[in-house]
Amino acid sequence: MNHQLAERKYIIIGVFLLVGLAFITRLFYIQVIDDSYKLDARNQAFRYQTEFPLRGYIYDRNNKLLVYNEAAYDLMVLPKDVKKIDTADFCDLLGITKAVFIRKMIKAVQAPNSPKRESIFEKQLSPREYASLQERLYRFPGFYVQSRTLRKYPRTIAAHMLGYIGEADKAMTVKDPFYKEGDYLGISGIEKTYEKVLRGKKGLHIMMVDVNNSNKGSYMNGLYDTAAIPGKPLTTTIDGDLQAYAEQLMQNKIGSVVALDPQTGEILAIVTSPTYDPNLLVGRARNKNFARLSLDSIGKPLFNRSTMASYPPGSTFKLVMALIGLNEGVLTPHTFYPCARGYPPLGGHPKCHAHPSPQDLTGAIGTSCNSYFSFVFKSVIEDRKYHDTYKAFQNWRDIATSFCLGTKTGSDLANELRGNVPTIKYYDKVFGKGSWKASTVISLGIGQAELGITPLQNANLVAIIANKGWYYTPHIVKSIAGNPNDSLLDRFKVKHYTEIKDSAVYMNVIRGMARAVEGGTAGALKIEGIPYCAKTGTAQNPHGNDHSVFVCFAPIENPKIAVGILIENAGFGATWAGPIARLMVEKYLKGKITRPDLEKRMIEGDLIHKKQPVAKPKH
Amino acid sequence: MGWMNIYAAVYNEEHYVITDISQKYGKQLIWIVSSIVLAIIILIIDENFYTAFAYLIFGIFLVANIAVPFLGREVKGSRSWFRFGDFGIQPAEFMKFATNLALAKFLSNQNIKIADYKNTFITLILIGVPLLIIKVLQDETGLAIVFVAFIFTLYREGLSVNYLLLGFLAIVLFILALLINNTYLFVIIASLCIIAVVVVRKNARNLFIIAAVGIVACTMVKGTSMVYEHMEPHQKIRIDVLLGRGTVDLKKEGYNVNQAKIAIGSGGFLGKGYLQGTQTKYDFVPEQDTDFIFCTVGEEWGFVGSTIVIVLLLTLIIRVVFMAERQRSPFSRIYGYGVASVLFFHLTVNVGMTIGLAPVIGIPLPFFSYGGSSLWSFTILLFIFIKLDSHRLQILR
Repeated sequence: MNHQLAERKYIIIGVFLLVGLAFITRLFYIQVIDDSYKLDARNQAFRYQTEFPLRGYIYDRNNKLLVYNEAAYDLMVLPKDVKKIDTADFCDLLGITKAVFIRKMIKAVQAPNSPKRESIFEKQLSPREYASLQERLYRFPGFYVQSRTLRKYPRTIAAHMLGYIGEADKAMTVKDPFYKEGDYLGISGIEKTYEKVLRGKKGLHIMMVDVNNSNKGSYMNGLYDTAAIPGKPLTTTIDGDLQAYAEQLMQNKIGSVVALDPQTGEILAIVTSPTYDPNLLVGRARNKNFARLSLDSIGKPLFNRSTMASYPPGSTFKLVMALIGLNEGVLTPHTFYPCARGYPPLGGHPKCHAHPSPQDLTGAIGTSCNSYFSFVFKSVIEDRKYHDTYKAFQNWRDIATSFCLGTKTGSDLANELRGNVPTIKYYDKVFGKGSWKASTVISLGIGQAELGITPLQNANLVAIIANKGWYYTPHIVKSIAGNPNDSLLDRFKVKHYTEIKDSAVYMNVIRGMARAVEGGTAGALKIEGIPYCAKTGTAQNPHGNDHSVFVCFAPIENPKIAVGILIENAGFGATWAGPIARLMVEKYLKGKITRPDLEKRMIEGDLIHKKQPVAKPKH
Repeated sequence: MGWMNIYAAVYNEEHYVITDISQKYGKQLIWIVSSIVLAIIILIIDENFYTAFAYLIFGIFLVANIAVPFLGREVKGSRSWFRFGDFGIQPAEFMKFATNLALAKFLSNQNIKIADYKNTFITLILIGVPLLIIKVLQDETGLAIVFVAFIFTLYREGLSVNYLLLGFLAIVLFILALLINNTYLFVIIASLCIIAVVVVRKNARNLFIIAAVGIVACTMVKGTSMVYEHMEPHQKIRIDVLLGRGTVDLKKEGYNVNQAKIAIGSGGFLGKGYLQGTQTKYDFVPEQDTDFIFCTVGEEWGFVGSTIVIVLLLTLIIRVVFMAERQRSPFSRIYGYGVASVLFFHLTVNVGMTIGLAPVIGIPLPFFSYGGSSLWSFTILLFIFIKLDSHRLQILR
């Protein structure tokens, strides 16, 4: 009996072991297999604090600062800690009313915020506001300050090119999980195109909190924390002084100037006028200022004309026509065409102005003869060697497109427009298949009709002519973090050739442009010691007075600068556009101005506010 | 001795847990030192003392337990404490070894056969009285329910398996009564009875027994439901949480167990490292120094650490069982089984509740949880047995 009972110890031990085994199995399940508890624990005990990186600075080509960061302070609130504060005193300090205070507190408590979670009470206090607040902040438990950085512009130039910063919205956070709602990111300009370079990498601090959400210090002494990595600085190709000067010259005029270094494709200055102070679109006042700038319906200062406005190229395009004609062999420098105040075969349309007739190519470029280039266009489109208008037109279009017309230049400027060179398909649709010919679309020859060109394309066109048939993609960034060979910039080191490669062809046009300065339409705009090439123009504009157009490059040999300028509704090219381009060239090449009278007239000229008498063409 | 090392190891491990709670660390150290002193005293006292005065000790502590609700000071709504300055003593803790001694004394009597109904009844009185006093007078469910553990001792000493089976069936029925609609359960019991009748219909007496069992079972089901209805809300909730009945609000009634599981679960395989537990250190887990101490182990030492703790405690318990079996005197053997049973019960319920396998009942983990009384109690419990064991060879069969 006793022996039998002793056997029972095995059952008892068995029960003990069974329970132990059950426990260990269960532990293995919840500790090793099931990860959900680990996640729960992290969500409960950790608060992830983001350290915002400093955004990369932006410099001009001479390493002068264009954009830097300034500290700003967000006033944060943790509602559960707000106890027994003197509300009146607090409102006084912040300069808000009690009603605003209550509204903000309610917002901080309600979902998605919560009394246990910190949220922004007042955004972007200036350092001065912060200084006065900080001294007294200890009297207001539950409030504290978190630092952020804001963009700051020491010189108020190149607003459109630089662009501005905005806060990421919900859609953005879905598109790119790098961003959390309220993070800053580039919205336009190179702030947008180089966002990934400039933004840097966010740092993360893991803080531990207890059951009451009190801070218990950093997790594992910061072992798993990551420091914020500042964004890389950008060196732009902009010449800050030239940019500032151009903006000064362009004040109170509507239009755009783009200056390029033809040999590198570097953009030396890119002006949209009217412009605005980039500092306006920073910080708390941004929304207010943005709305105010949007209200200006005449100047449209937020509209980036240099890349986003498409103008009829007008006279500038006649240079391309000449190149095509010469290249196709339907035109020689000694081809003469008549002009009867217009294009004779179509009864004087397109119209022209008074000038000697007939004249050769150089003369036609110098006087910008509409009739002459209508003849050229007709001979190109009806060129017998193609047997077919369509083939000839397609050839014309292909060559024009190779000059970066009707296609994006591929620059690193944000939101570039394509411009327009109409297609066969388009005209088939408008006129019907086979029922249009050269004379139907004759005004293409003089750069009108459906042709559209952005000021950037305009300047690039001049650079191509200056280079006699090739160009580098225009660009605005010279080096990233001091490295000019960053792979992001590789595409700007590829030389592009147009369909016209014979430099002799270009020389004929260049000679004509040089004549314009030596004794033609730009005769009044000579620069002492620097022979240069130019072409004045007027672009007819269906909406009002003609646009004043001027393109030039200098010097003739080994060109250093190419300028394209367009001023809206300012009439003849040599009146406003020409002098401004000339002053810029002189400023860039010589560093000083020999025509202060011209400079004064340009700076003081106001084409927006008082109606200026439009100069009559006087050839 | 082998298990002295285990004891030391356990002690060391307790040390780290307690350092988590700086303010309680000092106090616990005093308890540890005093426990060692206590252990030495116990080892010095003549082994015959325990046999001779078993009933007296039982009586003294019984009186103390009856007196405490009237004489003791109230602590956190509990009336089970005697206070001495900063330190408190819970006499209920000491009832365990006292009862164990009395039980051993009674059952070791040569003439006693547990199978006799009379003796079974006396045994149940010995266990049941302290249980009821602690439960009813002191309202300490956790401390009271421990006495159920002596069922293992009784089983070893010859308690019929039928009782255990009946008990087990009763528990199953109890759980089913809470989980399944009573009416369905009645139908199931009735069907089982009918099947039983069909199988054994030859014997009229059997039919009677089957009918009786069926009626008792139905009464139990109904009774369970009624008892449940009359339970206090927090007890109802604990049962609901364990059985997963209804919707459990993890922020309220399910909070303890859920947080305990999060803490242990977040430990992973190797744990977060000593003093690196966020869940326990920052008070997410309630009672993390006493009843939920195992969470600290689970979180900071991971699967490896918690397994080691369970294995160590189980080794200690099984070692005690083997030692009990080698005793020559029935008294020592029965006492040894009592020690193993109590330790095992504590381990099962305490660890079980933190990992969601047992209901939340406030009982400490032996040698781990903060608390002087429980440490003293386990020390006394264990060291009396060590003393008895060291003299086993001097006792004649």
